[in-house]
Amino acid sequence: MERLAFDVAHFFAGSLVLVSLMLLYQDRLSALINVFAFQAVVLALSVAWQAYVQGAPHLYLTAAIALSVKAIIIPVALHRMIRRLGIHREVETAVNIGPTMLAGLGLVALSMVVILRATAAADMLAREDLAFALSVVLLGLLMMVTRRNAVSQVIGFMSLENGLILAATGAKGMPFVVEISVAFSVLVAFIVIGIFLFRIRERFDSVNLQALDDFRGEIR
Amino acid sequence: MVALPPIVANLWCVAALLVIGAAAVAIGKRNWARWLVYGCSLTVSAVSCTIAVAHLIAAPAAGSEIVLPLGLPWIGANFRIDVLAAFFLAVIDLGAVAASLYGLGYGRHESAPERVLPFFPVFLAGMNMVILAADAFTFLFAWEFMSLASWALVMTHHRDEENRRAGYVYIVMASLGTLALLLAFGLMAGPDGGYTFAAMRAHGTPPGLAGLVLAFALLGTGSKAGLVPLHVWLPLAHPAAPSHVSALMSGVMTKVAIYGFIRITFDLLGPVSWWWSVPVLLAGVVTATLGVLSALMQNDLKRALAYSTIENIGLIFVALGLAFAFQGNGMKAAAALAMTAALFHVLNHSLFKSLLFFGAGAVLNATGERRMEKLGGLQNRMPATGLLFLIGSVAISALPPLNGFASEWLMLQAILLSPDLPQWALKLLIPAVGAMLALATALAAACFVRAFGISFLGRPRSAAASDAHEVDRLSIAAMAMLAVLCLLAGVLPAFVIDALAPVVQAVTGTRMPVQTVAWLSIVPIAESRSSYNGLLVFFFIVSSASIAAFAIHRLASDRLRRAPAWDCGFPDGSPVTQYTADSFAQPLRRVFGGFAFRAREEVHMPPPGDGSPARLTVTMHDLVWEFIYEPIARLVNALAVRLNHLQFLTIRRYLSLVFGVLVFLLLVLASWG
Repeated sequence: MERLAFDVAHFFAGSLVLVSLMLLYQDRLSALINVFAFQAVVLALSVAWQAYVQGAPHLYLTAAIALSVKAIIIPVALHRMIRRLGIHREVETAVNIGPTMLAGLGLVALSMVVILRATAAADMLAREDLAFALSVVLLGLLMMVTRRNAVSQVIGFMSLENGLILAATGAKGMPFVVEISVAFSVLVAFIVIGIFLFRIRERFDSVNLQALDDFRGEIR
Repeated sequence: MVALPPIVANLWCVAALLVIGAAAVAIGKRNWARWLVYGCSLTVSAVSCTIAVAHLIAAPAAGSEIVLPLGLPWIGANFRIDVLAAFFLAVIDLGAVAASLYGLGYGRHESAPERVLPFFPVFLAGMNMVILAADAFTFLFAWEFMSLASWALVMTHHRDEENRRAGYVYIVMASLGTLALLLAFGLMAGPDGGYTFAAMRAHGTPPGLAGLVLAFALLGTGSKAGLVPLHVWLPLAHPAAPSHVSALMSGVMTKVAIYGFIRITFDLLGPVSWWWSVPVLLAGVVTATLGVLSALMQNDLKRALAYSTIENIGLIFVALGLAFAFQGNGMKAAAALAMTAALFHVLNHSLFKSLLFFGAGAVLNATGERRMEKLGGLQNRMPATGLLFLIGSVAISALPPLNGFASEWLMLQAILLSPDLPQWALKLLIPAVGAMLALATALAAACFVRAFGISFLGRPRSAAASDAHEVDRLSIAAMAMLAVLCLLAGVLPAFVIDALAPVVQAVTGTRMPVQTVAWLSIVPIAESRSSYNGLLVFFFIVSSASIAAFAIHRLASDRLRRAPAWDCGFPDGSPVTQYTADSFAQPLRRVFGGFAFRAREEVHMPPPGDGSPARLTVTMHDLVWEFIYEPIARLVNALAVRLNHLQFLTIRRYLSLVFGVLVFLLLVLASWG
C-alpha cells in the first residue's frame, strides 16, 4: 500500500509537470485553455489522491475547488472572453518552441537537483512532490516570460499557482486555511486580470502587451 | 517597599523619558513646556544616574538582567546592567542632568521649541537603551533610535541650508555605521543565530573572523564616535544642533560609541590578540592629530569644539589600542592602566566638552555669533561664563591640576611601558604614537588658548559682542556644576581611579592597585617610577598664586590703573587691528597646514599707485573629503545613471529579470553543497 500510494502520487505529480511542458508549446489560445483545464483536472486528481493517502478529508474540498473553479469555471470564462475579444483563432507567435522546451527541461532538472539536495531528511513522498511542484512553478514563470499575449500570461500565472497548490497539499499538515486562501486569491486575481484585459482591449484594440509598451514609447 | 532590581529601575527611567517625549509633542509650543520637559528629564536622569553609580559602587559580580517579550520573538528584548554598563550609564546620565539643567535656562531662547522638546528626552532614552541592551537586535534598535532622535535634533533649524546638508551627511554616515555593526553582530552570532550577548560570549568567535568583526566594529562605532576618516559628519552635525544638544552629542553620544566598541571587542569577541592594537592605535593617533589641527583652523567656535571632540576620541582609542597590546601579551597590570586611562578620559571628556559647549551656547545666546572673528572682550561682559569656559579650556588642554591632565598622564604612563612588549612592531609603533599624542595635546592647548583668548579677551570685534550680557543663572549653574566636577576629578583622581577599578577588573581581568592611600598620590606602577598628586599641585598653584597676588598688590601698588594698550606706534583704535583667530593660527598653519590641508597663502598686492588694500587669501582643502568621499559620491552617481534605465522596462522584461534571478539563485543553491 505504501509503495502504491507513492507511485500513484508520483504519477499524478509527474503528469502535472508533463502538462506544464505541453502548455509551453501551445500556440493557439483555445488549445492553450483546454490544456490548462486538463492540468487542473490532473491537479484535482493529485490532490484527491493526497487526501486519500494522508487521510485528510479537507483536501477533498481543495480538490473539488480545483476541479470546479480551475477546470470548469475559469476555462469556460476564458473561452467566452477570447470569443468576445475575437482572438480565439489567433495564433500567438511565441518564442521558438525548441529552445523553450529545452529551457523547460533544464528548469525541471534544476528543481530536481535543488529540492532533492535540500530536503534529504524529509519524507520521500513530500520530496518528490516538492520537486515536481517547483518544476511546475518555474515552468509557469517561464511561460509568463516567453508569451506576449495577456491571456496566455494569465494562464501562465495560474499554472504557476497550480504548482503552489501541489506543494501545499504534498506537505503533510499544511493548514486548510492556507490552501483555501491560495485558491481564492487565484480567483480574485483572475477576476482582476479579466477586467484589465477588457480595459486594455477597449483602449488599444488588442490584448497583445506589445501595445502597452508601444504606447509608453519604449524601445524593446 | 520591595527594592527594584537596578535594571528594572533603569528601564522605568527609559520608559519615563519616552513618555515625556510623547507628552512634549502635545505641549511643545507652550511657554511652560520647557520647564516640564527639561525638569522631568533632569529628575529622571538624576535617578538613573544615582542607580548606575550605586551599582558601580556595589559592583556585584553578576549583572542584573531582564528579558522583555518584545523584539525578536525567539530571543525577546534582553537588557542587562553590569559594571561596564553602569559606568557608561553614569557618564551619560550625568551629562543628561547637566544638559537638562542648562536647557531650562537656554531653552528660553529657542525659536522652535516644539522641534527640540519632544526629541530631547527621546534621545536620552535612546542612549540609555543602547547601554542597557544585551542582545544584538535590541542594541541595534536602540542605536538606530538614538541616531534618528539626534538627527531630528540636528535638523531643528532645517530652514538653514547648511543644517540640511549636515543632517543629510549625518544620516548617511549613521546608516553606514549601523550597517557595519549589523554585519559585526551577524558574524559574532554565527550560523546558529545566537543573537544574545550571553550566547556570543559563550560560543566565542573563530580567530579568522575576529579580525573582520574588529574591522566592522571600528567602522560602526568609529563612524559614530568620529574616527578619521569617518568623522566628516561630526563637525557639521554637532554644531548644527542647539547647544545643549551639541553638548550631549559631543560629550555623551560619542561615549556611547566607545561603549559599543569596548563591549564588542573586550567582552563579546573573546580573548584579545595583540595585533588588534595596530589598527586601533593608528586610527586613534591619526584622529587625534588631524582632529586638533582641524580644530585650530576653525573660525566657528562650536565647530572648533566639535573638531576637538574628534581629537579626544582619538586619544581614547589610542588608550584602548594600548590596552589591546598589553592584554594580548598578558601584561595585565599595564592593560588595566591603559583601560583606566581610557575610561577616565571618557568621563573627563564628557565633563569638559559639555562645559565648553554650554559656554559656546552662552556666547551664542548673548551675542548671536559663533564666529570668533566677531567676538572678543566677553570676559568683562560675561565674567562668570568666561571663568567657567576658562576652567573647561584648562581642563581640556590637559593642564594640572584639572582632570584632563590626570587621564592623559595615565595614558603617557601606559605608553612608557611599551618597551616591555615582545613585538618589535609595537615597540617601534607605540613610542611614535606617544610622540604624536604629545604633539596633539600641545596643539590642543594652543587651540584653546586661541578659542578663549580670541572670544573672551581683547576688545569686542562687533557691536553684538560689545552689547553682550551675562546669561541666566540656571545655565551658569549647569556650567558651574561641571566645572566643579572637573576640578574635583583633577584634584582627587585617586578616588575616580578606585571607582573605576571594578569596571577595569570586569573588562581586562585585573585592576590598578588601590590609589586612595597615603597623601592621595596616584601611583600607576611603582612609587620609584612615577607618581602624581593632584591635591598637592592644586595647593601649590593656589598658594603660590595667592602669595604672588598678595605680594604684587600689597608690596607694589594695589591701585587699578587703566591706560591705552600699546599700539606698536600705529594709533588706530579699531578692534580689527587685534590678533584674530586666523592670525593666531597662522604659524601652526604654516608648519602643519601644508601637508594636512594643502593650505596655500597668496598675497595680492595692488599695483604701485593704487590705493586699495593688499589682500591675503588662504585656501585650504579637506583632503579626507576630497580623496575619499567625493570619489565615492561620483561612483554612486555614475552607477545610478547607469542603472536608471531599469526604472523604465516593459512588464515582460521585469518578469524576465525576476525569473533570471530566481533561476540564478537556484543554480547557486544547486551547486553549493
